[in-house]
Amino acid sequence: MAKPVELHVNDRKIRLDTESERSLLSVLRDDLDLTGCKYGCGEGQCGACTVLIDGKATRSCITSLGDCAGKSITTIEGISRGGHLHPLQKAFMDAGAMQCGYCTTGMIMSGCALLAKNQTPTNKEIARAMEGNICRCGTYSRIVQAIHQAVDSMKGAGK
Amino acid sequence: MNTPTTNTGLMTPEIELERYELFEDLPYEFALDRRDFCKVLGGGIVVCLLLGSESLAQQPPRRPGGRGPAGPQEIGAWLHIDEKGTITVYTGKVEVGQNVRTALSQVVAEELRVPASTITMVMADTDRTPFDAGTFGSQSMPNMAPQLRRVAAAARDVLLDLAAEQAKVERDQLTVAGGKVTHAGSKRSFSFGDLTQGKKLTKAVRADVRTTPASEWKIAGTSVPKLHAASIVTGKHRYTTDLKRPGMLYGKVLRPAAFNATLASVKLKDAEAIHGVTVVRDGEFIGVAAASEHAAEQALAKIQAEWKTTPQPSDKEIFEYLKKNRAEGGGGFGGRGNFESGSMEKGLAAADHKLQATYTIAYIAHVPLEPRAAVAEWNDGKLTVWTGTQRPFGVRSDLARTFNVPAEKVRVIVPDTGSGYGGKHSGETAIEAARLAKAAGKPVKLVWTREEEFTWAYFRPAGVIDVNAGVRNDGLLTAWEFHNYNSGGSSIRPLYEIPNQKIAFHSARSPLRQGSYRALAATANTFARESHIDDLAHTVKFDPLEFRLKNLKDARLRAVLEAAAKHFGWGKTKPGDGHGFGIAGGFEKGSYVATCAEVAMKKGGPIQVVRLVTAFECGAIVNPDHLKNQVEGAVVMGLGGALFEAIRFENGKIQNASFKHYRVPRFSDVPAMETVLLDRKDLPSAGAGETPIIAVAPAIGNAIFQASGVRLRSMPMAPNGIKG
Repeated sequence: MAKPVELHVNDRKIRLDTESERSLLSVLRDDLDLTGCKYGCGEGQCGACTVLIDGKATRSCITSLGDCAGKSITTIEGISRGGHLHPLQKAFMDAGAMQCGYCTTGMIMSGCALLAKNQTPTNKEIARAMEGNICRCGTYSRIVQAIHQAVDSMKGAGK
Repeated sequence: MNTPTTNTGLMTPEIELERYELFEDLPYEFALDRRDFCKVLGGGIVVCLLLGSESLAQQPPRRPGGRGPAGPQEIGAWLHIDEKGTITVYTGKVEVGQNVRTALSQVVAEELRVPASTITMVMADTDRTPFDAGTFGSQSMPNMAPQLRRVAAAARDVLLDLAAEQAKVERDQLTVAGGKVTHAGSKRSFSFGDLTQGKKLTKAVRADVRTTPASEWKIAGTSVPKLHAASIVTGKHRYTTDLKRPGMLYGKVLRPAAFNATLASVKLKDAEAIHGVTVVRDGEFIGVAAASEHAAEQALAKIQAEWKTTPQPSDKEIFEYLKKNRAEGGGGFGGRGNFESGSMEKGLAAADHKLQATYTIAYIAHVPLEPRAAVAEWNDGKLTVWTGTQRPFGVRSDLARTFNVPAEKVRVIVPDTGSGYGGKHSGETAIEAARLAKAAGKPVKLVWTREEEFTWAYFRPAGVIDVNAGVRNDGLLTAWEFHNYNSGGSSIRPLYEIPNQKIAFHSARSPLRQGSYRALAATANTFARESHIDDLAHTVKFDPLEFRLKNLKDARLRAVLEAAAKHFGWGKTKPGDGHGFGIAGGFEKGSYVATCAEVAMKKGGPIQVVRLVTAFECGAIVNPDHLKNQVEGAVVMGLGGALFEAIRFENGKIQNASFKHYRVPRFSDVPAMETVLLDRKDLPSAGAGETPIIAVAPAIGNAIFQASGVRLRSMPMAPNGIKG
């Protein structure tokens, strides 16, 4: 039978006794009830399933559970701390950067990874970093605006 | 087909509901038995809108052959104020990202003088909300909003009556604010909840109920933030795809090898042998349910099926095919779509220049990011299905018919859904999940894969449009003949003043399943019309804006054209080297749009859209920021259809059923955008989710023509992409 896989999800150590070839997305959603990451395409093309693996934005739909052994996974459920929204979450709300919202969590996770590497991204850098995330409702310019607003609020908080 | 009555008495022309509303026979027929059900509301005040001769409701679409919903039910909307003062609104509309939840809350909040966030909206639950034909055709604002406004105003009247009685004062000495009714003289106030005093009062809306005019709005008309936005950014909102039920299994359905394929043989044994897997074969339906998605996929892979396929047309010959393969019912809608005035012969004879051209439009996919999904559960013969559809009551009827149970024994609930764009009118996943759940005796969740969504949903119709027109050297149009084959009749008639016209829609036998789409054929018809008008303007050496205005009396279309031009700087600046400017405008479903585009073209290189300015007018604006968001979104979606989106198909197979091969707009495709909103508080609010898409393609095409002298007459115009 399957060998148990151990990983850290949102800073909690988790041991999973299931087929290691299953997608991380399915395990997060169906086994751990972390449904903030979404199925959009299953081919790593739309970004709705984005989570952070050791800080890197990763498409969980094309990542197998086995490949995550021992790694640290952060999902949208793990970024707001102590009842406070992450600055990006707040900025997406303030900028009205969503319509149906199905892409939103993936956008925020990709945004988190971007801001961890680049604290002052230009519009072009944002577009490049986020090109793998689709918003079919077309709120792209608002998402860019939200990322800038998050940058501003994080700078403010850092003072 | 029926025509919705307009409630405005103003200048709203006929609104065409989707010609391509899906009225197909159901794919499967199953059998089940009956059971009763009932609806319960607690104490407090209930206000209902009874639909009578002054009906504000859209009629339910009827199916050809007389099947389908049995006509409008008498209650159009209702509102409940309980003993705690909680205000709950019940509406059959669905939230698919257009922010109708927020907008409808605002109109209710306006009449009850409370913050919009205090309104609880119960939406799209067939056991709890009044019948509604569906969320499509830009009907929520022109139809549902006035109903709810009247219901809420009537509830305010009831509260005032109760307070007047309790305080023993005249009603006109009372004011409603902040969830209370206050008597200024005595400073006594009564909370909404206290006024109900544990009663159960049911009132119908009086014909003379007074609603608040847009000029006095304080909550409606403002940018109230999206309700539930916090649940979306935290990932807490449960879309259909996120739902779980106790003991729930995961379903998968075996798909034919091609459209119209029939099952030649199938071996189920290997799948059936797997422990815990339910395999269902019912006619042509073959599906599995298992404890995990992975297990269901594995079981499905064990099924060996052979399909008999037939040769079918491909995208390469589709346009000739549509013109050759005409279907019954051209024109349709009581002749709407067909129009004739004057004489084309005379009109062309009076022209100094004649111009004939053919335009084509490809099939495209809606590509909602949340694919079709359903969770189905049977309990004691009652079926409950959670599914993302724009027609919950239509899907309920489909389920009742498919499983041969009364509609009361079927409940359809639509969680706020991951978009639709006209693509979720049908209930395939609901039927499939329900069939699997029935066999498994457990709840079943079925989520279509992206490939299934691209293949087995339906498409915006492809079409061919032939235009023949005449123009005089002084810039006046003399003749206009316009034939649309298959793509549809929305917005087929020009608003330009042309004395001699012949307009016709011709149905065709579409090789692909086709249906509604954001703005539907208005995009194709506006593309052909506004490209052709641009050509005519250049032919007689007129500025394209001036040419349009010379032939146009319609004040609302003129206003958006002038507003877009002004903000774009039309006529003030000249395009730089290799750049071009284009303008286009149009009308659809009660609202008006104009778009100005700037493109940049390098020699032999790709086309880059540099800038888009859109002016939009849809009557009184209910929520400016959400309206702007809708316009921006429609424009971005329009970029895809204008430039690169097209479904490729051959022999009943979709050739590009993935995001890798079907390109949708992404971050780098988005140009600089400006949105100009014209607020007409003197006009009723029209819908806004659709019309802003229609002028994008012709504006870009016209800009390409100015930059290069090349006229692109096929959508998509640059299928190989526009990245510079």
